[in-house]
Amino acid sequence: MDELDKIRVAALAAVAAADSVEALEAARVAALGKKGSISGLMAALGKMDPEARKAAGAAMNAVKDEVAEAIAAAKSVLEAKALDARLAREKVDVTLPVRPDSQSGRIHPISQVMEEMAAIFAQMGFDVAEGPDIEDDFHNFTALNIPAEHPARQMHDTFYFGEREDGSRHLLRTHTSPVQIRTMLSKKPPIRIIAPGRTYRCDSDMTHTPMFHQIEGLVIDKTTNMGHLKGCLLEFVTTFFEVDEVPVRFRPSFFPFTEPSAEVDIGCSRDGGELKIGKGASWLEIGGSGMVHPNVLRACGIDPDEYQGFAFGMGVERMAMLKYGIPDLRTFFDSDLRWLKHYGFVPLDVPTLSGGLTR
Amino acid sequence: MKFTLSWLKSHLDTEATLAEIDARLTMLGLEVEEIHDPAKDLAGFTIGHIVEAEQHPNADRLRICKVDTGAGIIQVVCGAPNARAGIKVILAQPGTFIPVSGDKLKKGNVRGIESQGMMCSWRELKLGEDHDGIAELDADSPVGAKLVEVMRFDPVIEISITPNRADCLGVRGVARDLAASGLGRLKPLVVNPVKGGYVSPINVALDFPEDAKSACPMFVGRHFKGVKNGPSPQWLQDRLTAIGLRPISALVDITNFFTFDLARPLHVFDAAKVNGALTARLARPGEKLMALNGKEYELSAEMTVIADQAGPEGLAGVMGGEHSGCTEATTEVFLEVAAFDPIRTAATGRKLDILSDARFRFERGIDPAFLIDAAELATAMIVELCGGEASELVVAGAEPDWRQSIALRPERAEALGGVAVETKRQELILTALGCTVSEHGDGLLVVPPSWRGDITAEHDLVEEIIRVNGYDQIPATPMPRPTMCKPVLTPGQRRAAWVRRHLASRGLVETVTWSFLPSAQAKLFGGGTAAMHLANPISTDLDCMRPSLLPNLVVAAGRNADRGFKDLGLFEIGAQFDGPEPGQQRAVAAGIRVGKAVPRHWKEASRAVDVFDAKADLLAAIAAAGANPDSFQIGTDAPSWYHPGRSGVLKLGNKPVAAFGEVHPGVLTALDVKGPIVAFELFLEALPPQKAKATKAKPLVKLSAFQPLERDFAFVLDAEMSADAVLRAARNAEKALITDVSVFDLYEGPNVGEGKKSLAISVTLQPFDKTLTDEEIEAVGKKIVEGVLKATGGVLRG
Repeated sequence: MDELDKIRVAALAAVAAADSVEALEAARVAALGKKGSISGLMAALGKMDPEARKAAGAAMNAVKDEVAEAIAAAKSVLEAKALDARLAREKVDVTLPVRPDSQSGRIHPISQVMEEMAAIFAQMGFDVAEGPDIEDDFHNFTALNIPAEHPARQMHDTFYFGEREDGSRHLLRTHTSPVQIRTMLSKKPPIRIIAPGRTYRCDSDMTHTPMFHQIEGLVIDKTTNMGHLKGCLLEFVTTFFEVDEVPVRFRPSFFPFTEPSAEVDIGCSRDGGELKIGKGASWLEIGGSGMVHPNVLRACGIDPDEYQGFAFGMGVERMAMLKYGIPDLRTFFDSDLRWLKHYGFVPLDVPTLSGGLTR
Repeated sequence: MKFTLSWLKSHLDTEATLAEIDARLTMLGLEVEEIHDPAKDLAGFTIGHIVEAEQHPNADRLRICKVDTGAGIIQVVCGAPNARAGIKVILAQPGTFIPVSGDKLKKGNVRGIESQGMMCSWRELKLGEDHDGIAELDADSPVGAKLVEVMRFDPVIEISITPNRADCLGVRGVARDLAASGLGRLKPLVVNPVKGGYVSPINVALDFPEDAKSACPMFVGRHFKGVKNGPSPQWLQDRLTAIGLRPISALVDITNFFTFDLARPLHVFDAAKVNGALTARLARPGEKLMALNGKEYELSAEMTVIADQAGPEGLAGVMGGEHSGCTEATTEVFLEVAAFDPIRTAATGRKLDILSDARFRFERGIDPAFLIDAAELATAMIVELCGGEASELVVAGAEPDWRQSIALRPERAEALGGVAVETKRQELILTALGCTVSEHGDGLLVVPPSWRGDITAEHDLVEEIIRVNGYDQIPATPMPRPTMCKPVLTPGQRRAAWVRRHLASRGLVETVTWSFLPSAQAKLFGGGTAAMHLANPISTDLDCMRPSLLPNLVVAAGRNADRGFKDLGLFEIGAQFDGPEPGQQRAVAAGIRVGKAVPRHWKEASRAVDVFDAKADLLAAIAAAGANPDSFQIGTDAPSWYHPGRSGVLKLGNKPVAAFGEVHPGVLTALDVKGPIVAFELFLEALPPQKAKATKAKPLVKLSAFQPLERDFAFVLDAEMSADAVLRAARNAEKALITDVSVFDLYEGPNVGEGKKSLAISVTLQPFDKTLTDEEIEAVGKKIVEGVLKATGGVLRG
């Protein structure tokens, strides 16, 4: 038994002395390996009588287990040390910038504002209608009660195309109102639509661009009157501008396709040169509106003695400029990356009424 | 339309303040553009008296004045040549706002002498152009009084008149609207006919073919002799000057006055230069007229002229002729008061490009019943201001029938206008506007006045009633609306919205560019035909409808590069124009990337954009639109503006749905933009429509209990063979098991031989009912190798 004890002490000493995983493995092989000191002793068991073998076997197994446990304990200590050392080597400078893959693009303010408007008018039951940019005289003028020689045609600086075989000339729509005509010709009342889109006028200066966007609204049924027009736009501007109270003023005006006609102003203040939408001393014009002219209804095959309704039109850029404080109309079409990133919207900011139109 | 407050008050008896008139005009639809009230800026000025003026010791041109302010004597250094003792002057003391500079006056020191105030010229007060010296006031002006209390300042009101309100192109019409709205009383217009002393030596006649009788239904004239055409009186000159007209002579000023006072343009001929009778007729081909503006015009047969025996003496309703125009030497005058057809007048003015105050009124319609009275009023004024004697009137034609009766149901005001207005008040409003109103069954019968040609139907009357009653009286009524709102976007609109947000989330920046571009650029992108040109472009740079969204995006990238931003991605969703008819346009989502796809970075290798960036954007857009990118065939016949070897087309059957690739370097050179630029175009309406489903339930998910496994294969095939063919062949080899096939290596080089390439693919097998045995896996592998060989000729690389 002295020999077993010697072997035990030697094996435990070797385990304790091992200062690396490799040294520990060598100590394990020396004690418990096939040719190890303990394995060597255990090989001798076979030659013993059963009684002696039982006693010796138990003692040897106890030593074997003790050494194995010591090896396992030493191993976990050594492995933890090795891991610490590796982690220390793996240190990086976490202040370095991340990979350049997280840039987000932007949504143009015109798109964003048109989505905001659609979200609001959807609540009031308006569908979104569309029409072509290239129009004929009928849809852009005649059906809208603007006959060929009407002075009102000179209010529009119309872009025309060349003369066609029949002598007529197509044009770029000067307003989104032709969509009213297309809608009324294709659909029976009741009608509630908005029609956002590109419009064109032959005009270019500080406050005009040859292309811009409008949003048209049209309601046709048997009972809608001017009070509803007022109510509709009042709710719209208050919701759109997301301020507590936006006063709305209707001013008599003239459009060939509506009667009575009204220009729509919203309240604002200009204290200290800063424009703020809401209650204030000044008014800002945001669009035209009125009750659809009987001649327009007639041109679309709708009986004005039975049906009536209102229409309105607003400039999309103007509304975007007023809401988001964008100073210059012309910059909308410049594709200047700096402008787009500054005034554009991140793609996940989808305007909703439940979550708020604007972050 | 401009007028002064006192001018308005010559027609309107009112106690209202300027601010009240301002607000009311706008609420009547006569929108106030500007009110210039000179008194507003002159509050601080007082009247001073120079009691002593002596030479400045250090400056030849300056004088040191002792000025009595009424409260004491101050010292003012002044450079005006007329600064001298004894005169009454306009004085500003420190703190007074000076209109011309926009600043407040400060105490000064001029060449060593203190100056405690300033004496002003008319120009410094913005009351005129005179700056030759300081303003000198009447000797009896009270020293120390405020300037605004001594001088009368007439505020100038400028309003914009909508095209329907021809009657408000005269001050009287404006006054009538204000009176109708309760802001005063319209003064009566008293016409005292002047008895003619002799028969007019010049007669008037109408000579029109049957189809052009409406060109001039009535022509009234009158001859004057012994007239002296000197300057007009100060009050008339002041009014004209205030509204920006230059006083010329009494006769011309009278015609201008009638134009702006009563919206009744007149013309005066120098009768001595008129040869025979004056006839209103259509111009004859080849006739010319030297007009009062000094320009000669060639006339055409649809234009109306006033002609004597020698030829045209005036363009009816547009401008008079120079030959018979009145001068200071004129002693015999012929007055023309006529009615001309609005449409013809407008066409003539437009064709000859003549803008005149007369044209502006005739083309909007003058009062057809106000010819004789206007002639009488003008006669009285001519005789009063120029002396002489008037002939009897000469009249050709007759007043056209303008009267019409309109039935008005009073309840329509509320039904249409949304505001209840009592019938009695409706009657009052209409009567005040000049209508004749009588009872008619349950409602009213209304005859609008001759000057309101714009009122032709019941709804016009409703507008007048609620307008004068005040739009602010209309209650805002909430729209009746659906109890729960439904989605309102069409499938196409939803798609566009998804694509927009998805492209932006990939780092592309949305922009909006013109629908038109230079035709040279259109030609590079398959457009630029004559039919797509605008007849009147804003500039040659924007003369043609865009055949593609790409040229504008490419040029925009160039502009950004010029600003120092060379790496960017832009996209636009909008229409491209395929033809000149309405509807010949397609909704396109198009995008470009330019510069580095991966910028310089400490960890990642930088890389320039390539065709696969554009392809990735395109496939992402298609997926965002709800379509399956794998359902399209890929062709290599992209349009000519793409690099022929680095571009592709996605097709459904034969129909192209999208294109992508590097933009052709030749196109970039022509656009003067540095590349490479990669681009894609997706025709949104060409995508297959999304299938309508009865419910929104998703198909049941099938989750296998067995692990998928991957096997790699490398094939050697002809370099021209497409990877797509290999992938499809592999995928189709065992559809039930193969869930994914991808390319992980491509090699071309000496190891595979000339004209060959090696393509390595990874195939994912997904068993669903049991674990695959080695034999089964091997069998699938064999099928893949055979399938690829058959489809592409590719052999497994040894």
